[in-house]
Amino acid sequence: MDLELMVNSFPKLLSAAVITLKLLSVSLIIGLFIGLFFAILRLNKNIFINKFAYGYSYVFRGTPLLVQIFIIYFGLGQIEYLRSTVLWVILKEPYWCAIIAFALNTGAYTSEILRSAFQTIKPGIVEAGKSLGISYKVIFYKIQIPIAIRQSLPAYGNEIILMMKGTSLASTVTLMDLTGVAKYIISTTFKPIEVFIVAGGIYLFMTFIIHNVIKFLEKKYSFN
Amino acid sequence: MELLAFGDTGWGDELFYATLMTIAVSITAMLIGFLFALIFTPLKLSQNKFLNFIANSYTTIIRGVPELLVIYLFFFGGTGAVMFVASIFGYNEYIEINAFITGAFAIGIISGAYSTEVFRGAIQSIDKGQFEAANVLGLNKFGKFFKIILPQTLRLAIPNLSNVWQITLKDTSLISVTGLVEIMRQSYVAAGSTRDPLFFYSFAAVLYLLLTFVSMKLINRLEVKYSRGY
Repeated sequence: MDLELMVNSFPKLLSAAVITLKLLSVSLIIGLFIGLFFAILRLNKNIFINKFAYGYSYVFRGTPLLVQIFIIYFGLGQIEYLRSTVLWVILKEPYWCAIIAFALNTGAYTSEILRSAFQTIKPGIVEAGKSLGISYKVIFYKIQIPIAIRQSLPAYGNEIILMMKGTSLASTVTLMDLTGVAKYIISTTFKPIEVFIVAGGIYLFMTFIIHNVIKFLEKKYSFN
Repeated sequence: MELLAFGDTGWGDELFYATLMTIAVSITAMLIGFLFALIFTPLKLSQNKFLNFIANSYTTIIRGVPELLVIYLFFFGGTGAVMFVASIFGYNEYIEINAFITGAFAIGIISGAYSTEVFRGAIQSIDKGQFEAANVLGLNKFGKFFKIILPQTLRLAIPNLSNVWQITLKDTSLISVTGLVEIMRQSYVAAGSTRDPLFFYSFAAVLYLLLTFVSMKLINRLEVKYSRGY
């Protein structure tokens, strides 16, 4: 055990964890909107809209995140037309490519979580709203969405943790996140166990915090 | 389309073998995972606090740390660990371990943590009466486990195990960082030499989709088989 290396690499890894958190939070926020959008499409009665939303979530859940990042980072740059548009400003940055891939990926999972949450809402609740003369829009925003969010909290908490682990793939497109820095230190010192303990410890700590925040929210918004 | 030709002119045969490699690694990893689950599930369910603690540490650490980090640990640490064990037995030459074994083992440990949780949940949801009934029938420990508990556990576990299989299958793409030539690695090589990453990575995505689609169909059959009588 090389304790000195562990102590020395700790600040480096900690500052890399900030990048991990940044990647995570930005992609979660974008992903939540994408997820909500596709969950609503999934509930649509039009079969084409429905199938389109299902196809999106099927493709993004059925392929590895690594493929998705590579398609966006290496693949899209190949299209000449894209290079001439404004989009290129975003797509040439590995940071934004990673975020787009993460957001689309978590969006697919989130849409499934929210869809099943919407479907478990008892029809009686919506009917109660209707009989009180509340408009459809208000029923949706003030009754269905809050209940769906509460229903999906436990599953969404898992998704946040999975996504946090997913951000480690940013290191494959040259970003120096927690895993990227850990790999760099391992490959220069050849002390994998020590670095794993420190980097893994930081990841576990973040998992622990996320887990407890979700638990707190679940309790706070529980129906009882 | 000529990019996918079989033979020297295209990448069809290479990608075909890479797909077989992905399947082989996934199955090996899943089986290694079952082995881990077989060890850790009883520990999780045991009354002993210490054994509980060991099993909980395993599942918590593996499920809380990115897969890529675990793979790096095995990739860089595997050789060292094997050489250390070998040196105890007096063998001091350099040993290179095969990328397949390292990769399958790393993914297997990850898959095992998920399988452990699935089996724990399934066993816990079996009605207590079933255990009691098995006792009343005078079955011994093995009979009780293999004839009564295991078949019911499998029925409850298969839907969740199919999720674990999907996770495992997708995780094997990460082994490409160690140089094992599976779908992802082969696409990387092909994309590099033809300068057509969009095509090859999209094709890799299609291959993965095909694998998940076919395996879901097969697992659904199993599910039907094990829920006979329900």
